[in-house]
Amino acid sequence: MNCQSHLRQNVNPRLLARRWFFKECGVGVGAVALGHLLRQQGFAASPAGVNPMAPRQPHFAPKAKRVIYLFMAGAPSHLELFDYKPELAKWDGKLPPAELLKGYRAAFINPNATLLGPKFKFKSHGQSGMRLSELLPRLGEVADDIALVKSMHTDAFNHAPGQIFINTGSQQFGRPSLGAWTTYGLGCESTDLPSYVVFSTGSKGPSGGASNWGNGFLPSLHQGVLFRNSGDPVLYLSNPKGVDDSIQRESLNTIQRLNQKHLDVVGDPEIATRINSFEMAYRMQSSAPELMDLAREPRHILDLYGAEPGKTTFASACLLARRMVERGVRFVQIFHEAWDQHGNLTNDLKKNCLATDRASAALVRDLKQRGLLDDTLVIWGGEFGRTPMVQGGNDGRDHHPNCFSMWLAGGGVKPGLTLGESDDFGFNAARDKVHVHDLNATLLRLLGFDHTRLTYRFQGRDFRLTDVHGEVVEKLIA
Amino acid sequence: MMMRTPNPSPRAALAATLLLIAAIRPASQGAETTAKPSVRKDPATHWAFQAPSRPPVPKPRDARGVRNAIDAFIREKLDHEGLKPSVEADKAALLRRASLDLIGLPPTVDEVDAFMADKSPGAYEALVDRLLQSPHYGERWGRLWLDAARYADSDGFEKDKPRFVWHYRDWVVNALNRNMPYDQFVIEQIAGDQLPQAGAQERIATGFLRNSMLNEEGGVDPEQFRMESMFDRMDCIGKSVLGLTIQCAQCHDHKYDPIQQEDYYRIFAFLNNDHESSMVAYTPEEERKRADLLRRMRDAEEGLRHRTAGWEERMAAWEDSVRNNQPEWIPLTCRHEGENGERFYYYDDASIRAASYAPTMWTAHFEAATTMPLIGAFRLEQLPDPNLPCHGPGRSIKGMAALSEFGVEAVDVAHPTNKIAVKFVKATADYSNSEKDLESEFDNQSGKRRPYGPVSFAIDGKEDTAWGIDAGPGRRNQARKAVFLPDRPIAFESGATLHFRLMQNHGGSNSDDNQNHNLGRFRLSATSATNVEADPLPAGVRDIFKIPRTERSPSQVAAVFSYWRTTVPEFASVNREIEGLWKEWPEGAPTLTLARRAGKAPGEETRSTRMFKRGDWLKPDRAVTPGTPSFLHPLPANADSSRLTFARWTVDKRSPTTARVMMNRMWQAYFGTGIVETSEDFGFQSAAPSHQALLDWLASEFMDRGWDIKAMHRLIATSATYRQSSHVTPALYSRDPYNRLLARGPRVRVDAEIVRDIALATSGLLQPALGGPSVYAPAPDFLFKPPTSYGPKTWNEEQGPNRYRRALYTFRFRSIPYPVLQNFDAPNGDFSCVRRARSNTPLQALTTMNEVLFMESAQALARRVLENGGRTDDERLSYAFRRVLSRAPTVAEKADLKELLGQQRKYLAEGWANPRELAKSTEADRSLPEGVNPTQLACYTVVSRVLLNLDEAITKE
Repeated sequence: MNCQSHLRQNVNPRLLARRWFFKECGVGVGAVALGHLLRQQGFAASPAGVNPMAPRQPHFAPKAKRVIYLFMAGAPSHLELFDYKPELAKWDGKLPPAELLKGYRAAFINPNATLLGPKFKFKSHGQSGMRLSELLPRLGEVADDIALVKSMHTDAFNHAPGQIFINTGSQQFGRPSLGAWTTYGLGCESTDLPSYVVFSTGSKGPSGGASNWGNGFLPSLHQGVLFRNSGDPVLYLSNPKGVDDSIQRESLNTIQRLNQKHLDVVGDPEIATRINSFEMAYRMQSSAPELMDLAREPRHILDLYGAEPGKTTFASACLLARRMVERGVRFVQIFHEAWDQHGNLTNDLKKNCLATDRASAALVRDLKQRGLLDDTLVIWGGEFGRTPMVQGGNDGRDHHPNCFSMWLAGGGVKPGLTLGESDDFGFNAARDKVHVHDLNATLLRLLGFDHTRLTYRFQGRDFRLTDVHGEVVEKLIA
Repeated sequence: MMMRTPNPSPRAALAATLLLIAAIRPASQGAETTAKPSVRKDPATHWAFQAPSRPPVPKPRDARGVRNAIDAFIREKLDHEGLKPSVEADKAALLRRASLDLIGLPPTVDEVDAFMADKSPGAYEALVDRLLQSPHYGERWGRLWLDAARYADSDGFEKDKPRFVWHYRDWVVNALNRNMPYDQFVIEQIAGDQLPQAGAQERIATGFLRNSMLNEEGGVDPEQFRMESMFDRMDCIGKSVLGLTIQCAQCHDHKYDPIQQEDYYRIFAFLNNDHESSMVAYTPEEERKRADLLRRMRDAEEGLRHRTAGWEERMAAWEDSVRNNQPEWIPLTCRHEGENGERFYYYDDASIRAASYAPTMWTAHFEAATTMPLIGAFRLEQLPDPNLPCHGPGRSIKGMAALSEFGVEAVDVAHPTNKIAVKFVKATADYSNSEKDLESEFDNQSGKRRPYGPVSFAIDGKEDTAWGIDAGPGRRNQARKAVFLPDRPIAFESGATLHFRLMQNHGGSNSDDNQNHNLGRFRLSATSATNVEADPLPAGVRDIFKIPRTERSPSQVAAVFSYWRTTVPEFASVNREIEGLWKEWPEGAPTLTLARRAGKAPGEETRSTRMFKRGDWLKPDRAVTPGTPSFLHPLPANADSSRLTFARWTVDKRSPTTARVMMNRMWQAYFGTGIVETSEDFGFQSAAPSHQALLDWLASEFMDRGWDIKAMHRLIATSATYRQSSHVTPALYSRDPYNRLLARGPRVRVDAEIVRDIALATSGLLQPALGGPSVYAPAPDFLFKPPTSYGPKTWNEEQGPNRYRRALYTFRFRSIPYPVLQNFDAPNGDFSCVRRARSNTPLQALTTMNEVLFMESAQALARRVLENGGRTDDERLSYAFRRVLSRAPTVAEKADLKELLGQQRKYLAEGWANPRELAKSTEADRSLPEGVNPTQLACYTVVSRVLLNLDEAITKE
């Protein structure tokens, strides 16, 4: 939209100028109206007109200003992808040592399950010599740009609690997600897009559902907004059938005029905020479709990701994520639920890696070539790992909380680093252990926060993402 | 869980404060966030821990306009602050405000006209009384209680299966409409089942505690999620009834309030001895039908007895003939030997109960060892259990099971290579339903016919046929048994290891939905007798046989008679008549309840409660007995440890918080903010009350009036404080932005449900029917399908009148919150919520502008306007305006609308847009009002849409 497009519609020029001011200059009407009211009376600033999403400065200078979180729901097998265990191959078909299983709680498998050797070969990549599975050739090409953590561990071994735990720091539902905390802490740089965007690209939705990107007790404008890369990208974004842009704009003008008149009578600045919300909504109606139009990307970029305009794939979502962070979206999270290989481990992993490896690596490469990787944090991982023991015949692994792997890139993460080790079986994280709370503490640090000080008072208590836990993993930070 | 309170940097504190005030208005906090948490204060020093005593009503300097005690308290503070109250709101505003507050719906134009015309002095009071009598009152205030009760229609977590607990929702609405006293309201919800003469309604009420989420994804430990439910119930009672953050003491002593960790587990112990039960509940209409049928059955049997001389002797002779005609059955202690998908509880009577994840098509494998040298037959008993749907004995929604195949492999203990795959030649059952096709919920998409019926289907070697036990409504949920005869006895002198194969293949294709048809509680036994059949007598009848005939109660005699008569050939016609009556039995619907563990039988044992170290249920600590925190009022002497004792304790008049908490939440609903802003927390960390004496007065009045909720509504709604105009000057706004002092009336955006209900009501689409199953309001289809949802969910968008039911009845999936409601801050039932956020966002604007139901409302409103709104644009615009906003437009407002109307007319006349598309309505079959063309309808649709999108339309002011 530009302001000329209104001229043919007989609009009062004074109103038009006013609209242009709000729309193009991104000035909140609420603040203006309130400022006007207050100036009349000579009072100090009052709360209702403050834009809660205005960009803010965190505790420290942030290394990461935005986040793209590739959430591999279902829990990918660290043993086939990231954590090379030649010793496990030797134990294939044997029972694990008894002391390993003491106090171990499994989801499906019985205690007498035997060990299963890794299904794929590994090789070293880049100057760092990072070892990665043969299933991840593209990631290998950017190995020197990512940090691999092989010593993750968590508290949960069922999907829904596990996903909620890593995303919200609690196995109980109803807490704010990392994305919500991030926008709560940093605000939003975009005036016409949501600050926290979510995609779901797997074969099904994540087990934890919308609570994975919930705002919990934070104000609801911090909740992740589900985008789809087909149809209406955001719910209710399109005008109803029969309402074209002109009707929409004229309707909106009348709504705003009537709201303004009512504001003048009753004086409640909340009406000014409502006026502002409607303007933002209208802006989103034009900016979101433009954003989602991958046909605007050159062929070589589409090829880099393996994305196709109009296709609703993980690759498209990765490319859209880049377009979003370029436009000021603070936090993009792609949920790819595909990794729960209780059986058919070999073929499903091949399929999943074909669907994700190229685009994940492309995202790192593309952000880097645009100079965005320095302050954009990319995270790749799931809710837990998988058992070194076999489930079913000889081609499946069960849920496993004691050890799993994740990788991070950009945003102040030390590139080329391989952090932590597991034991010979990949059963327990053994060295430089990183608990989920530690990971989240570190992510917040990269975003400029002391995780113990990013809090919200609710029910008489100051809540935080890391509950009462979490140590920043200094070794991960460049 | 409680953490050290951080000491925020000034900048972060500022940012946090700015954020807080944006939506959830903060506690008047600040300095106290730096308080040293380790110093626990004396409860005697905290006002909210002392039982409220009725304070004297102050006498304000200027008592003009004071209508009741509430105003006196408010005026006193205003005097003190040097502020003046606002004038009374104009009548139309007052009518709309009171309607939205009391019934959650705006007034109709006729109601506005009538009220404006009523010049009698008591017109407003009469209005309040009328609204309190409306059945919609219970819907409006029930919704707020359902927030606190974390009501939802699904389990939450991964599968998020639909659950049936809407009878509880209707119970809440009805209880409020009948003005049940608040103490009784709470008691019935916590322990209605334990009241003397508890009936169905009292048991339905206990759904309150059952609203916890439930995780039945594959591989979970059911006890872990029972514990999660328990923690959730504690949190819920703390917030909704007591106003205390007791959940903080799950892991350690409360950091601020005098609640010890032990106190937490002593309360926990009151709640820890229940079955996670469900029952078949009936609507009032169904109840009437049931009573009628029962009477007719009783009359038929009575007639039979009357006409049959010597029936007692004949029945006794029959009893003697069958009393000892059964062989001895040896129960087999079985253990599951497959993978842990479904989990099993094992009981001392060798019975087994399946729990947690229920795969819809699978085979369970069990192993048992026996020393019996000879086995002539096997028996499978299906047993009712309170923890199964409708008490089972199966796990389908109706408590049914279908056994596709029954198989046994016997291994000689002495020679393990000596194995027999047992071949069965005969199967008998005490009941099999006649052969029928599977119901649609069990469709496995195979396209194959999969009948279930005679028990022989379980040994016919066909996976597509199964033994069914569905005896129809009213008679489903009872014990059943089948006996399986091998072709020859199994004879291993030293005994055998038995491997049972229980194929349960008759569920649907979707294990993420309620499509299982699995066994629930069951027991396997063996006998050395050969050539035996399943005992046709119900277990209950054999139990009565154990009582000497002379000592039996009339109902026991009647129970024996009810079975015996079915065996007597000459009673055939009456038997047929009674069978016919059973066919009329209403279906009912399951609803979740609590039921006390009886204490003795297997599965009924009393649980002892232990504290958990750091709140971790895997780390039990010392045992505790039921009890309450010592800083609160004591339990009565000699109180037992029942849930009922605890329930009564929560509403004891000596409770310092209970009445205050409820009055505070009512206040919050009327005025936007509670007298205590932290409505969930009245402890040391709570926000200071704005009018403590008023709150105490309200609490005292509430209890003195016998916990009469409607009386308190009447008091608040008729106060001068409530009736003030909500217009605000910049000066007053700056002085009191959140209107805590109440020098003006409330002005707040209405709750999510009401936002939607206003559009439906003002457009005339609203279908005002009360109660019943939740409905599938319009929603984009993709939300309920992967990859948006985890599993495919049923959402058959309503096309009939149910499309326009109040938002209270919209089906609530926890994992897929209904977006219209979510965008306006409706909680999704994950946990108890007693204070909603109230945000103002672009997504809300997109919703009311573009969502399908809002558009249909605009279209319907346009029709109403053209039908009933007069002949001229002037008349019509006024009429439309009044329908939505309950007041007439100003001249300037009307001019804006006229300008829009003119623009649209021109635009459509020039052919830029298609008026038929724009004005399309679900009432398309109805012809247009006389003299109205599609362009007119389209123009008025645009105008209507504008009106429905005004800030004022969704605001109570």
